[in-house]
Amino acid sequence: MSAGAATCTPAAPAGAPRADLLRGLLAGAAPVLAVALSLALGAIFIAAIGEDPLAIYALMLRESLGTGYGLGQTLFKATPLIFTGLAVALGFRAGLFNIGVEGQLYLGGLAAGLTGMALAALPGAALLPLALLAAALAGAAWGAVPGALKARFGAHEVINTIMLNFIAFALASFVGRFVFEPATVRTADVGRGAVIPRLDVLLPALRGSPVNLSLLLALLVAALAAVLLFRTRLGYELRAVGLNAPAAEFGGISIGRTQVLAMALSGAIAGLGGVNFVLGYKHYFELGFSAGAGFLGIAVALLGRNHPLGVVVAALFFGALSYGGLVINQRVPKELVEVLQALVILLAISAQVLFERLTRRLR
Amino acid sequence: MPDPTPAVSLRHITRRFGPVVANDDVSLDLAPGDIHALVGENGAGKSTLMRILYGLLQPDAGSIQVGGRTARIRRPADAMRLGLGMVHQHFMLVGPLTVAENVTLGHEPRSALGRYSRAAAERAVAELAARHGLPVEPRARIETLSVGAQQRVEILKALYHGARVLILDEPTAVLTPQEVDELFRVLRDLQAQGTTIVLITHKLAEVTALAQRVTVMRAGRVVGGGPIAEFPVERMAELMVGRPIPPLHARARHEATTPLLEVRMLDVLDDRRLQAVRRVSFEVHAGEIVGLAGVEGNGQHELVECLAGLRAAQHGEVVIAGRICTTLPARGRFAAGLAHIPSDRLRRGLVAEMTLAENLVLGRQREPGVGRGPFLPRRALDRRADAVLAEYDVRPPEPGHRARQLSGGNQQKLIAARELTRGAAVVLAAHPTRGVDLGAIAFLHQRLLRERDAGRAVLLVSSELTEILALSDRIFVMYEGRLVHETRPAETDERTLGLYMTGRRGAATGTPAGAPEARP
Repeated sequence: MSAGAATCTPAAPAGAPRADLLRGLLAGAAPVLAVALSLALGAIFIAAIGEDPLAIYALMLRESLGTGYGLGQTLFKATPLIFTGLAVALGFRAGLFNIGVEGQLYLGGLAAGLTGMALAALPGAALLPLALLAAALAGAAWGAVPGALKARFGAHEVINTIMLNFIAFALASFVGRFVFEPATVRTADVGRGAVIPRLDVLLPALRGSPVNLSLLLALLVAALAAVLLFRTRLGYELRAVGLNAPAAEFGGISIGRTQVLAMALSGAIAGLGGVNFVLGYKHYFELGFSAGAGFLGIAVALLGRNHPLGVVVAALFFGALSYGGLVINQRVPKELVEVLQALVILLAISAQVLFERLTRRLR
Repeated sequence: MPDPTPAVSLRHITRRFGPVVANDDVSLDLAPGDIHALVGENGAGKSTLMRILYGLLQPDAGSIQVGGRTARIRRPADAMRLGLGMVHQHFMLVGPLTVAENVTLGHEPRSALGRYSRAAAERAVAELAARHGLPVEPRARIETLSVGAQQRVEILKALYHGARVLILDEPTAVLTPQEVDELFRVLRDLQAQGTTIVLITHKLAEVTALAQRVTVMRAGRVVGGGPIAEFPVERMAELMVGRPIPPLHARARHEATTPLLEVRMLDVLDDRRLQAVRRVSFEVHAGEIVGLAGVEGNGQHELVECLAGLRAAQHGEVVIAGRICTTLPARGRFAAGLAHIPSDRLRRGLVAEMTLAENLVLGRQREPGVGRGPFLPRRALDRRADAVLAEYDVRPPEPGHRARQLSGGNQQKLIAARELTRGAAVVLAAHPTRGVDLGAIAFLHQRLLRERDAGRAVLLVSSELTEILALSDRIFVMYEGRLVHETRPAETDERTLGLYMTGRRGAATGTPAGAPEARP
């Protein structure tokens, strides 16, 4: 079963409620255990270079969650990961591995930036929704293409999404020739109406950190994704295609149409992730801004077990790890944080298999 | 036990799955050279016991002895080394590989250079197949074979790996009477050569015909066993179910009236793009069950998939309740009034990882009455499921359980519950009772009869001739893609049908004479 469905309905119908509860707990425990183990292994690395692991971890924890500014930084870094994690998870739910989230995010940011710049004169009430729409549409288009290639020709989405990432990077550079500020790799600033306000306007405790209202948009999208997946006809069809395509076909579901739609939705969510940086932080599009947030989304989805709630939690964890890594940079090499991330991913996958075996025995 | 050193001895085996005790202190001795029948309803623990013997599961307690020596069987490879072979109910074959490759997998014949020798493998498999009278084409790819042919490959595989103890899980479920005779001949030959055979089955007549000893299991325990002479069929059945079994209802014959399913000159291709259905025409009327008998792989599967909108027709016409549906997809046919119990419940019929409530709306997920607007509220689905699960006696009746948690019989009841509550005019039932326990079979038969009595048109596809004969008003036999014989239950018997099914009697009578051969 999906981890999420269990956590979603703790008040599961009678029957074997204890076994159900236990299974739900185990499903949730796997990622937690993976994180704990990877931190333990990371401690060995830290000790090996002569630092005190506990002190380093304490420093990371204090700086990434213990201060208003640090918390804001963590949330800022987590925001795009929520979007990209959701995008990957949505694909997985439909049985598709969308590795193109990076490119979709990138083009979403470009579209938001260009819209905000070109229509700068519009008031915020019109410009911001338009910029968001542009980001979502750009991502959706970039996702729908490999979806359609899969549905129509059976071309594997993994290959095509990887390839489309490269095309996205090149396309942005090409468009940049015409729109970038002279001798820079950035566009002009977006209009004031397109700027997404920072959260420290509302919560002074976060002062100085770049976290912005994109975070609330991310949480809203996560909630909508959960409703879509588990409460709507479309989500039902999407999951049926992902879990058993021949049965979905039996049930009158068009597999091809559902796959294209799932990829478009996945791309749209990824595209929206681009606004955190472009409209919420720098207020312009800049080459290379995505910085791997799309690829990290795959890890977020895995750790979050493809459930929107799990994705949010996993994104916060990776956000803290990412900002905490910057903080401890003076005392340990920054590669250590990358090693930690890799360990979490490896162990999350192994733990998942291990716990699936355990839960199977509970049947 | 009469023999001092059994070929295999299972001692006090206990295995739990969470709170469920699948095997509770089970002991079983297999005398060398015996055919030993292991009978019991689905969920009785037969398969668990045999999976433990074959190394697919580890027991929580108990021990196994093979040839008098204690054996640790941690994985199937250990079992094979000890001379144990298993033919599973759900086949363990690699779809894209050929028959020869599957049979030799793990012990491939090699050329002088140490490379896999395809020719040698194909020769060895052809020889083995001929020796045991199991017709297969060594070069055919598994995924292109019928279920029946795949089973023959499984038996060959075990023999190729040198099995001296052969475990067969429901081996006759997909065979015709003639093929069953043939299989029994093979099994008796193997027995004469000293092979010990375990036959897991529900078909008690087979037990009587073939086995020397029987062990009956119920709810994880051995409830009886001994020499076959002491166990007449009625006694075995009562032990299995724990109560006497009522006989099938006498049928209240309905006179055929309006045709609800009309099939005209239908041609359908199989997965290899070869013609599987050839100019098939027939009608099923309101209040009638038409039985379609045939050996697996003679076009029934393709015919049913075509009628259900899952496979294109190359030629001809399909009319459901007066509406031409030939080019409609599956959803359109549901709307026109079709219900479909598919032959492969785990592949087509269910989404195993979804809940019972969710599975009950598969194919109806877009109906306005099922949800609200774009939403499918979980509570509404669960409420709907509560009533349906109770009515169709699905156990346990928990809407929130996953479909894969159900036994085979209950999964089949779940599918029947979904399809028969559609209120469709035409019911396609493909192998509705395959691999299902006796209680569920009786229940599903009653339900199909009730559908007929309610004025629906039922097309029953089955390789169980007892089922075809007991339920049908008219019977067609399909052979090599054609309807070669039409009859009524009172005018025929299993032997006669079997002759038509294997092409040993009959010309095309179901298809119009002189119909031109279609070219795909």
